[in-house]
Amino acid sequence: MRSANRNGVFVQPWIWSYLGALLVWLAAIVFTRGYGAGGMITAGLALAVFSVIAGVAQMFVITLGPGNVDLSLPANIGLASAVAMKVMSGSDSMIALGLLAALASGGGIGIANYLLIWLLRIPPIIATLSASFIIQSMGISYGRGLQIKPPPAFADFTSAQVAGIPVLAIGTVIFAIGAGVLLHRTIFGRSVLAIGQNPRAAWLAGIPVERIRCATYVLSGGLGGICGALLAGYFRGSSLEIGDEYLLTSIALVVIGGTSVSGGRANVVGLWGAGLFLVLLLTMLNTFGVSAGIRFVVTGLVIIGVIIAAGGQKAAR
Amino acid sequence: MSSATGAGAVRIPPPTVNTPRRFLRAVLPALSFALVLLGIAWLNPRAISYFGLNLMLNLGIPVTLATIAQMFVITVNDLDLSIGTFVSFVGCVAATWLRDYPPFGIAVLLGSIGVYALVGAVIYLRNVPSIVVTLGMLFVWQGLAILILPRPGGKAPAWLHDLMNFHTPYVPFPIIAAIVIAMLVHVGVMRTSYGAILRGSGGNANAIARAGWSLLKTKVIMFAWAGVFGVLSGLTLIGLATSADANIGKGYTLLSIAGVILGGGEFVGGRVSPIGAVIGALTLTLAGTLLNFMRISPDWQVGAQGAILIIVLAARAVINRIDGRAT
Repeated sequence: MRSANRNGVFVQPWIWSYLGALLVWLAAIVFTRGYGAGGMITAGLALAVFSVIAGVAQMFVITLGPGNVDLSLPANIGLASAVAMKVMSGSDSMIALGLLAALASGGGIGIANYLLIWLLRIPPIIATLSASFIIQSMGISYGRGLQIKPPPAFADFTSAQVAGIPVLAIGTVIFAIGAGVLLHRTIFGRSVLAIGQNPRAAWLAGIPVERIRCATYVLSGGLGGICGALLAGYFRGSSLEIGDEYLLTSIALVVIGGTSVSGGRANVVGLWGAGLFLVLLLTMLNTFGVSAGIRFVVTGLVIIGVIIAAGGQKAAR
Repeated sequence: MSSATGAGAVRIPPPTVNTPRRFLRAVLPALSFALVLLGIAWLNPRAISYFGLNLMLNLGIPVTLATIAQMFVITVNDLDLSIGTFVSFVGCVAATWLRDYPPFGIAVLLGSIGVYALVGAVIYLRNVPSIVVTLGMLFVWQGLAILILPRPGGKAPAWLHDLMNFHTPYVPFPIIAAIVIAMLVHVGVMRTSYGAILRGSGGNANAIARAGWSLLKTKVIMFAWAGVFGVLSGLTLIGLATSADANIGKGYTLLSIAGVILGGGEFVGGRVSPIGAVIGALTLTLAGTLLNFMRISPDWQVGAQGAILIIVLAARAVINRIDGRAT
């Protein structure tokens, strides 16, 4: 039904994520009687940044079609945060190199993921799962006792604000627009969508399916790496668990943001709405003063509620 | 993908062409288990004794049960990301309510199996990806576990503790338990006619539906059984650990998936092997011990599990390729 009239604004699935974000924000400020309304938005934007980056990574992978998902993102983010901090070693002059190292670490993981999928002919879920086991160990071994503070300029950059809006959030909005252009206006993006809709048809149409799949996993890995470096800057240091929540968050963002989980249809705009919605939902629950347990339960029920409401469509085969 | 030919009698052709592949694939899990066991015996011969095996394989029981739970879900082409936190939840219930108010505890556990069945129904009726729904359930079980037991604590019911520390004569309890679990599930899934229907609903859902079987029913049954084995996994884990915490089952999700795949299960198509899954789970349990004996730092424990998984999958890929060339 929804796909039949895709052009109306209110039947766009992503609109609901923004409405949801607005609703939970209003609920929170009604509860606090307007106190901290702006602060909530600032904090929400700052935290949503990392979810959106991870979400874009996951979105490209999931769009490749059924079975495609990058389970190695959390381990990737954790390792990259350690790599970035070690290369930067607290000095401002090494920031660019550190970011590059994190990007390379993530990109390398993407290549490894793809090689496993391609060489062993195993489903991506299993490939990225096995890879994540190994990356986790690499992270533990590499990051042991690592307590390097990010370079001051980098730390300042990750938490800088312009008129209450985090600079990083502005950058990530531009990044998201770029991701949208990449997805809808480039040969690469259109190929990803085509493969997600029907890999065989895409192959018959002359799309280099395997090369595009490889590039997608590398893209996802690289974005995970950047996300790790930024997180380490924002939280003033790397840690292995820094990426833990981003597996669930990235998939949740993709689902709530209106991207089709069976592939072939993606939505970048919705990622920001979903990111804000999830972060503000947690903020709202915090202002209500509920316990961590309730927060988990509500988050879970929201994800299930959204996917049930959105419903599934038959995977096009 | 496959066109449904004769939907009537489901005839399985005798395995003539596939024999080498089938045989090699069936042997692979046992072979990797034997290799790990041999490695342990080589490095520390004293470990291969009644008490040594008891100690090493003890924690294999809950892992095995969780792996079987995951296997049921994988049989119907789904994936349960929530099994780890579900085991934590069951553990927390067992160490508190089940001990203090047994009837209430039992009711909660039965209810949670009902929730699993409901999850299966929702996945089928709304045609939504299991990975997302169980992801949501992961949060729900985790939250409930924290609500029941905000801080590590509680105490295992005495009967559960006694059961898990039961010393059988001659053969260590974990080995007997593993064999019993493997046999029961093997008979249920591989040797009964409805077991064939259940696997068939993962292999070719259309064919099963046209033959008049309810796909909703197969999905609900498999998820309910996953819930049952998840409960058993949590109970046995608490029996061993004696107290609980809300993160006690952390890692079981990945272990259970790895165990099923290691045991020769296919990700899609209803091709699973209960005996293989049990062996796979035990292999992963023993791998940790082997690494300890090899003096490899605990940092690399998870990595080694990943490496084993990759090596076995690579071996399987090689077997498939050789076989593909032969036919």
